[in-house]
Amino acid sequence: MMNTLKGVKCGQTVMVKKLHGEGAVKRRIMDMGITKGSEVYIRKVAPLGDPIEVNVRGYELSIRKADAAMIEVELEFC
Amino acid sequence: MLKIALAGNPNSGKTTLFNALTGSKQYVGNWPGVTVEKKEGRIKGQKEVRLIDLPGIYSLSPYTLEEVVSRNYLLDEKPDAIINIVDGSNLERNLYLTTQIEELGIPMIVAINMMDVVNKNGDKIDCSKLSKSLGCPVIPISAMKGEGISDLIEQAVSVANTDKTTDLSKRFSTQVENVLSEIQKQIPNEIEEKQRRWYAVKLFERDEKVIQQIKKSTKIEALVNEMEMAMEDDSESIITNERYQYITSLIQNCYQKKSKSKISTSDKIDRVVTNRFLALPIFAVIMFFVYYISITTIGDLVTVFTNDTLFGAWISETLAAWMETIGVSTWLIGLTVDGIVGGVGAVLGFVPQMFILFAMLAILEECGYMARVAFIMDRIFRKFGLSGKSFIPMLIGTGCGIPGIMASRTIENESDRRMTIMTTTFMPCGAKMPIVALIAGALFGGAWWVAPSAYFIGVAAVIISGLILKKTKMFAGKPAPFVMELPTYHVPTLGSVLRSMWERGSSFIKKAGTIILLSSVLIWFLSSFGMVDGSLQMVENMDESILAVIGGWIAPIFAPLGFGAWQSAVATIMGLVAKEEVVGVFGVLYGVSGDALELVEEGSYGELGAISQHFTMLSAYSFLVFNLLCAPCFAAIGAIKREMNNAKWTWFAVAYQCVFAYVMAFMVFQFGSMFYGTFGVGTIIAFLLLAALVYLLLRPYKKRSSSRAEVNDDLCYQKG
Repeated sequence: MMNTLKGVKCGQTVMVKKLHGEGAVKRRIMDMGITKGSEVYIRKVAPLGDPIEVNVRGYELSIRKADAAMIEVELEFC
Repeated sequence: MLKIALAGNPNSGKTTLFNALTGSKQYVGNWPGVTVEKKEGRIKGQKEVRLIDLPGIYSLSPYTLEEVVSRNYLLDEKPDAIINIVDGSNLERNLYLTTQIEELGIPMIVAINMMDVVNKNGDKIDCSKLSKSLGCPVIPISAMKGEGISDLIEQAVSVANTDKTTDLSKRFSTQVENVLSEIQKQIPNEIEEKQRRWYAVKLFERDEKVIQQIKKSTKIEALVNEMEMAMEDDSESIITNERYQYITSLIQNCYQKKSKSKISTSDKIDRVVTNRFLALPIFAVIMFFVYYISITTIGDLVTVFTNDTLFGAWISETLAAWMETIGVSTWLIGLTVDGIVGGVGAVLGFVPQMFILFAMLAILEECGYMARVAFIMDRIFRKFGLSGKSFIPMLIGTGCGIPGIMASRTIENESDRRMTIMTTTFMPCGAKMPIVALIAGALFGGAWWVAPSAYFIGVAAVIISGLILKKTKMFAGKPAPFVMELPTYHVPTLGSVLRSMWERGSSFIKKAGTIILLSSVLIWFLSSFGMVDGSLQMVENMDESILAVIGGWIAPIFAPLGFGAWQSAVATIMGLVAKEEVVGVFGVLYGVSGDALELVEEGSYGELGAISQHFTMLSAYSFLVFNLLCAPCFAAIGAIKREMNNAKWTWFAVAYQCVFAYVMAFMVFQFGSMFYGTFGVGTIIAFLLLAALVYLLLRPYKKRSSSRAEVNDDLCYQKG
């Protein structure tokens, strides 16, 4: 099964393998620095369970779980 | 006259820099036809240089309104130079926009902001190396402390006077560069040499806006396809990856971070503030304070003072007394005192309170908490097509809808913002409370549940409207990617809080003022003039006024709602001036001895028998529902107009509210009558309405395939 950013536990660092989806949402995710090969640290989940907060390229980003499911990641990393 | 554009990411200190560069003289308006704010100013000490503030953007993609506005400006207006502000504490992502701006063929200068923070963290940015690699001047500044500003101005002006652009042919990997130079050769000759790189990249990305403009040859398409096959990725992703790879290699030489894993102060604050268990209590406490200060205590104090003392007692009474002594005719005194001063008072009465709220919002925004509000509340609100940030307008709306509507300014996404503006006034505001109290006291014997039910109706109206509107053509299919930066916390500066407060407050006075003033004067005229003995003259009693006649005409419309008397119609119309007027007008029209509003406030419901005998419990409740949900007062409509910045949307909002209120009150009355044993045509219509409502709520959500067209539609529509 494909590992996505949605399924990653808090406190882990993963590497982005591929971005699925298309159009505005995908472009926006990439524009914000989540591109192939970038490292993403999952910091926390919002108090109501969604969205999640991640650290990418040295800053904090919040992203909905539905969008995070489009980001395929490599778990066995570092 | 030189034109310089200021571009940069949101949260990069752009506004602070703009203020530092231009000083106090600024022009605030909108970009033509859209709700995106446009600011312009003269650069300090340089009379002949205009600075144009572009919206805060992360990219020049064709997907968001802000980005399209910025692109169009830079491409069509061709400013003489661009100042690209870059947050030094977030270099990597900020430079991403830089790599796009430099392609436009406009001389660029990079201002690395927050150098004080960078130095404090012990990080190092080598500006001269960065300048060499980028091929343009790079100036370290601190906009907040005013450091490096004069140097920046000097360099920016000298860059604007040259025509220097950088050679960009080695930015990306050789493979991609080769394809790009092939594409450049295919671009029609009418495109300027300087802009060819931009168009080549955009054609490679299959940017729809550019493809509409330049016919893309099949040769280019073949080149792109080939590249996509080779790199196993779509062309848009290829370019984005190339850009970030270039940035990584760029900053390797000129940027040193002190320690990688050090936890910053901002992270520490966030550990507590957005903590799983503490986030909601802290949120509740902060919201309580915002509400408490801007609505209950200081806000209420200043509003009561401006409305009752300043305009009510001091100005009105003094003016009336003075005009009487010099023998001005009664109607002129009426026009001046009740019409004009009353109207101006209606505009200005809300301003002090609004200023307090705007100051609070500016603090929340600047310190970085506003983004966390969206983070915390997103899950609940996005279900109804709203943003997490809609919470604040709704909360403020329970005090007063006008600052509530104005608070929607903090929502970036246009459709979320429009939806919030349309639904905020469903929340029962302070002025609607006397209506609730009148009905609860005079008809329901002070039943405890009437007041809470008003709030319940308000919340239900927001939710139902959100669910229905989300699926309409006007709102549907705009996928608002909620990929939001959580900026680092920092202490807001007094100057920028005050400036933001002033800008928003004065724009309310200017933009909303006219509509409020004109409608107040009109209603005053209609309610104090009437046809007596065949001639138009001022009347003593409202039941002889033109308004009473109009009330008589429209009263039948309300008959199916259970309150078809002309008095109810007049009271509802007068509610447009201010909602608490409804109670006062009832008192006058039904001959209550004394001021009905005061009687309600005292709780002497026995004295209000004259009103209650014209209603049944059911028709009274239906009247309440209608007045809670229908169009708000003129001041709030003015605020809606200001925030929508579009007549069509304003009318749509007001019409929607009235229709929604009518349908709800209709169903309340008809279903209620059914339980009392009346079954007629109305009941059948009520069932049909209910069925339609359920259908609108449950119908499937239509998704549009792409949002490129959306932005397009929007722009075309706004222009046309």
